[in-house]
Amino acid sequence: MDIKVYNPRDWKSHPPYRFAGYGSSIKRGPLKRLVPIKQTLSEITGPLFSDIKLEPEETDLTRNADTGKEAMGERIIVVGKVMDEDERPIPNTLIEIWQANAAGRYHHPVDQHNAPLDPNFTGAGRCVTNEQGDYRFLTIKPGAYPWLNHTNAWRPAHIHLSLFGPSFVTRLVTQFFFPGDPLIPLDPIFNSVPTKSGRQRLMASYAHDVTEPEYALGYRFDIVLRGRKATPFEEQR
Amino acid sequence: MRKETPSQTVGPFYSIGLTRRGMNVMATESTQGERIRIEGQVLDGDGQPVPDAMVEIWQANAYGRYNHPDDKQEKPLDQTFTGWGRSGTDKDCFYRFETIKPGPVPGPDDSVQAPHCNVAVFARGMLVHAFTRIYFSDEQANDADPVLASIKNKKRRRTLIANREEEDGRAVYRFDIRLQGENETVFFDM
Repeated sequence: MDIKVYNPRDWKSHPPYRFAGYGSSIKRGPLKRLVPIKQTLSEITGPLFSDIKLEPEETDLTRNADTGKEAMGERIIVVGKVMDEDERPIPNTLIEIWQANAAGRYHHPVDQHNAPLDPNFTGAGRCVTNEQGDYRFLTIKPGAYPWLNHTNAWRPAHIHLSLFGPSFVTRLVTQFFFPGDPLIPLDPIFNSVPTKSGRQRLMASYAHDVTEPEYALGYRFDIVLRGRKATPFEEQR
Repeated sequence: MRKETPSQTVGPFYSIGLTRRGMNVMATESTQGERIRIEGQVLDGDGQPVPDAMVEIWQANAYGRYNHPDDKQEKPLDQTFTGWGRSGTDKDCFYRFETIKPGPVPGPDDSVQAPHCNVAVFARGMLVHAFTRIYFSDEQANDADPVLASIKNKKRRRTLIANREEEDGRAVYRFDIRLQGENETVFFDM
């Protein structure tokens, strides 16, 4: 059977499994060399969620806590395009996001940060990209929060994203950051990305064309997943 | 040409956005195939179970066909089965899936791959998810599987074999994922 394989993972774009500045990576990253395998039908297929039924409010985190009330904080609109390395848009792909509230607290039992929870904010959202690969969420700008990685450690404001793309190998979980945040250069998770250009690709940009007058500021964050080799290989001999 | 967006950890709070009820129940009453449970723990370099790991699996249906347009085999599709599941770790640090045993799928050069599930492992502390596979201890076809055969150290192949046990007359496969250590699970670059 002919299969069209995907480009290899670009390891220069990704953090190493273990990064000295990020304490909990040390015991949780594989130590042995990864075993290279040829992509087969198992790798070039993957979940597409074509039957998924999303509620419209899943893209509106300011009002999706099912309380009928609006979340506290600075409203923001986040838009972007999901594409592959050849800039081909990836339509109909599921994006899941999660984040802290405006005070820097997650709606999660493990988060014991002494900052207020917002009963009107769960911090979870989902959407599917449109035919042009575009997505849009309305949410609240997350707050910074402390963590125990080192003395006086604070995570910069960020939003987590999870994407699938068209195959098992295109899977990506990432997070993006907001321009001008002074905590970013101090953040070991951000700094785990080995190149400056790679770190830059985790930054959202302010988008005045997305900003809605007297309502909410706009930010743009484009996402690039692994692309597909142009030529089909006959089982890559 | 654009470069990939870098990977980042799922962090400790991924359940807010990612693990929803029922995502680890992949088979319904009417799904074709042998119903099985796959369960295990994710263990760190000290052998300690990781309480905030997440496992995703992707598998063929009982006939050996993936529910995906790039699988053009003439085997039947099973409309009740997407082949995808996701499980966080519970209070005992176990992940588990209720699914069916997949069928064999084609491999490179007209070979056949033994039944397996494709696995992605995520956790707080993992900056990049890791890919591995689950094979089944009662499958003769493992001996001829091209991916298992490509692992040069034969002892390490065993890290990909889930052990079959019976529990109340049902098959339960135990598959622990060791992120580091003597029996570190084989992870793939693919």
